Formats: sequence, structure tokens, C-alpha cells
Amino acid sequence: MEAVYAFCVGILTTCGFFLVLRGRTFTVVIGLTLLSYAVNLFLFASGRLKLDGAAVLGQSTDYGDPLPQALVLTAIVIGFAMTAFVVILAMRSRADQGNDHVDGQIPAQSTKATASHKRNS
Amino acid sequence: MQHLPILPILLPMLAGVLMLLPPLSNSITRHRIFAVSVTVILVITSVLLLLTSHQQGTQMYILGGWQPPFGIALVADRLSTMMVLLTSVLGLGAQLYACAGDDNDGMYFHPLFMFQIMGVNGAFLTGDIFNLFVFFEVLLIASYALLIHGGSKQKTKANVHYVILNLVGSSIFLFALGILYGTIGSLNMADMASKVRLLGEHEQALAKAGGLLLLVVFGLKAALLPLHFWLPKTYAAASAPVAALFAIMTKVGIYSILRVHAVIFGEDAGALASIAIPWLWPLSILTLIMGAIGVLASPNLRLTVANLVIVSVGTLMIAIAMQRESATSAALYYMIHTTLVTGALFLLADLISKQRGKAEDRYVIARKMKHGKVIGIAFFIAALTVVGMPPLSGFVGKTLLLQATQGMNEIAWVWPTILIAGLASLVAISRAGTTIFWRYAGESTNDEPIPPLKLIAVTLLLSASPLLVIFGGPVTDFTNLAAAQLHDSAQSIDALLPGGIE
Repeated sequence: MEAVYAFCVGILTTCGFFLVLRGRTFTVVIGLTLLSYAVNLFLFASGRLKLDGAAVLGQSTDYGDPLPQALVLTAIVIGFAMTAFVVILAMRSRADQGNDHVDGQIPAQSTKATASHKRNS
Repeated sequence: MQHLPILPILLPMLAGVLMLLPPLSNSITRHRIFAVSVTVILVITSVLLLLTSHQQGTQMYILGGWQPPFGIALVADRLSTMMVLLTSVLGLGAQLYACAGDDNDGMYFHPLFMFQIMGVNGAFLTGDIFNLFVFFEVLLIASYALLIHGGSKQKTKANVHYVILNLVGSSIFLFALGILYGTIGSLNMADMASKVRLLGEHEQALAKAGGLLLLVVFGLKAALLPLHFWLPKTYAAASAPVAALFAIMTKVGIYSILRVHAVIFGEDAGALASIAIPWLWPLSILTLIMGAIGVLASPNLRLTVANLVIVSVGTLMIAIAMQRESATSAALYYMIHTTLVTGALFLLADLISKQRGKAEDRYVIARKMKHGKVIGIAFFIAALTVVGMPPLSGFVGKTLLLQATQGMNEIAWVWPTILIAGLASLVAISRAGTTIFWRYAGESTNDEPIPPLKLIAVTLLLSASPLLVIFGGPVTDFTNLAAAQLHDSAQSIDALLPGGIE
């Protein structure tokens, strides 16, 4: 279970960071969302992965750690609000700058590339 | 006053909420009066809290009655109350300036401003590292909205970078917290500090990774070298009062580094003692050099001031890297000085650019300023202070800092970089001053008056500098005690755990 779990978190983080480094706001937003998923899973695992652990004292001799669950809940709420904000900001930026590049302008090289691509197709 | 430690968080929060409801909503005049009076009350509260914590020892406020290390506790010691007072004073100055008109460019300036102050105060007061994260997010989301307040192409562009960077930073913060909770098993900062030395061997590597990830996050907030590229553009794009308030934001990062890397991973942390220091030394010196180059290269006053913020960050980081009481004390003195003066300089840059019409604050020849004398005097005082010339507070701060290096091997690095950065700032600021005030073509056509409120705001922030010199004795006594408290593990760790405080 641990190996699969760690693998998932790792894949999510890698994809998240890759997408955040892209140039368009849409992919960046998706990247940030993946990153926050990875973070939530990771935080959840910080209380150790355990099956059938009781959350309430006195119910069992085998306890799960309730604190990471509270942390994940907080992180989810905050991540949700921030994602909402960044989506609105990306739309605002698209309207203000006239394109969806994070720098506000599409680099000269890539416009040429798309132009030649269009001509070829 | 049992509830005094939580008031600096509650007051701005309630004020911000109340301003969104009738009868205060929809009237900028009512907003202004209410917001300024709340900030004045906040300043008074912060002074009271500082005096209480100074005279009666560290105040601990246990939220919900859950005893530490399990619940969240607010810890009001000398360092945090000093930072809270600094925030309130800076906030008052920025707010007074905004009341002269900048707050009317968009909706809800004052509520957002209040939430920002709430977040900053919370980050300074909390004794729980996850709660620190939450307050970071509170201050960040308020700052995102404040940065774009008024709206323009420039602001949107700067904001996109700022928001994305900080969201990535928040993810890294959470990864670090997950690692630290998984290894140390606690989130209360004092408890973490007492447990970190007991870690087993293979857990140490993980905890070290967590601690260094935290350095990345706080370095991003503080604009430490490889992570500082966002700062100049962001600060130059923000409206003047917002930029002035943002002067405290880099200090939140520095404060957090001090809390985490001087206390949790401090000298008593066993195998994990001082893990950040080998990184902090080169990075802080490079930050200082980079800031100095930036100051020289800036084409307008705002960018110059933004780069001066980076210079001050580098200086403060060097002091933290020294890891000794006298250096921390000097850093605290320098922090008060630099926060208030850069705040004032951002406001001044805006005053100047309003007076010069189309030339704004760029270093070009423009028409003569109508109120050049008043602004010139203020600029001269601010320039002397920020460069570190005697007799004002910048000089005292730097002297204290240079004195603290006595007997260290790194002295050969610290002295030249700090002094050369000072020289670079001197050159850049004198060039700025001569171009803006002495080189002009044609008589003034701009009849724009200076609103008295703006002048009051600038004077308020600038007056801190002579006051810091006149009351230099008591202030340095206080910073000495605050630094001693931070470096003494009996006071900064053991006293905050059960059995420590009665």
C-alpha cells in the first residue's frame, strides 16, 4: 500500500510541477490543482497509513492519528479558495492582456512556430 | 487583560467584517473614519501588549482551552509583540495615505487592508506551525486582492506571477509540514524544538529535508536570492499604500526563518542544529550584491525602492546567519528602521510621480515640481536614513550589525558586502535625488496640491527614524532582551510547554 501511495503522490507532484512550468495560464492552473491534490494526499499520509484504526479514544486499542485529517481538511478548503481565485485571475488576465500567456505576451519564437505550423497544415 | 494577545488578530478581522455590512458598507467616508480609528486602537493595543509581555514575561493565549502541545497557542513574546506593533504603525501610515484618495480606485480597499493586517499579526503571534501556514494564506489572499486593487494591465500581469509563485510556495509549505509532522510528531513550535534533538538517525534526514523546504518557502516570502525575482515588479506595480504595507511582508518571511531556523533547528537541535546556516551565508551575501546591482540599474524611483527592499533583506539575512545574540538584536533594530523607511519611500515615490505629471518617477528631465521643497526635505531625510548615513537610524542599525561580527571568521565577507551595498545605494539615491529635484526644464505647470493627509502619513513613518536614534538606548535594550529571549532555549522552548508556564 505504501509503495502505491508514494508512487501516486510522486506522479501527481511531478505532473503538477511540469504543468506549472508551462507558459499558458490554463495548464498552470491545472498544474496547481494537481499539486494541491498531491499535497493533500501527502499530508494525509503523515499520520501513517493504517487500516481499521479507531479515530475516537476508548473504542479500540489501535488508533489512527486524527490530526492529519484536520490538517488535510484545512488544506483542502484553502486550496479550493486559492484555485477559485487563480481561475478568476487567469480570466481577468486573458481579458486585460489579450492572450492567455502568463507573461502577458506570447514569445516571438513561438508565434512564428505556430504561424509556420498553420501554413503547413 | 486576559484576552490581550488575541486582540491584534480579532480587531482587524471584526473591523473588516463590519465594514462589509450596513451601515458602514457603501460609504467610503464611513469606511475611512472607521478603519483609521480601528487602526489607532490597534496601535494602542499593540503597545499595551508589548509592555505587558516586556514586564510580565511571555504571554500565552491558549485557544479553546486545549493545552499545548495539543491545541493551538498564541505566543506573545518580545519579538512577536514588537513585530505586531511595527505592523500596526506601518499600517496606520499606509492607511492614512490611502485615505487621501487611493482607496477609491476600487471597492473594498479598507476591508482588504484590515484582513491583510490580521494575517500579518496572526503570523507573528501564532505558536503553532500549521497555524502559521493558515495565517500566511490569510495575508496572501488579502495581498492578492490588494495588489490588483484599482486594476490595470501592469497590475494584472504582476499579480499573475505573484499569485502562481505563492501558490506553489504554499504547496511546498504543506509538503514541509507533512514531513515535519510525520517525523517529529508535533506542530507546536516549542514542542518541535524540544523533540527535534531526540530524532532517530533515519528520521533526521527526513526532518532535515522538511526544515530546508521550509527555508525555501520563507526564502520565497522574504525574497532571498534565487527566489527574489518576483519582488521588484510586484512592488513597483502595486499602488503606493499597498506597496508600503507590503514592506512588512518580506519581514514575515524573515521572522519565520528566525522562528524556525534559530529556535526549532537552533543550536540545541542536536544533529540537526543550524541546518540552514551553510545555505544562508552565501545566499544572503549574494542577495545583498544582487540588490545593490538592482538599485544601480533601476530606471525609476519605485524600482529603486523595491531593490532597496532586497538590499535590506540581504542585510537582515546576514545577521540571522551569524547566529549570535548581538547580531539578532542588531537585526531587530535594523528591521524596525528598514520597514518604516521603505514604507515611507514608497509613499514618497508616489507623491513625486503625481507631482511630475507624465515623467512620473522616472529618472528623466521633467518640469519643475511645484511643491519640490517639502517633498525634497522628506526625500532627503528618507535617503539619509535608508543609505545609512549618520545621524539617522540606518547608521545606528548598520553599526550595530557590523559590531556584532567581531571575532567571526566571516567578517571578511560581511564588512565589504554591507559597506559596498551601502555605497551603491548612496550612488543610486543621490542620482535619483539630483535628477528629480535639481534637473528640470521649464517652470511648473502641474497645479496638483499635496493632500495634507498624505504628508501626515509620510511624516509619521519618517519620524520613526530620528525617534529610533533619540530613544536608541531603550530600543536597543529591548531588542537585546528580545534576542536573548529567542536564543535562550529555557525561555523560548521550555517555558511554553506544560509545566513551564503557571
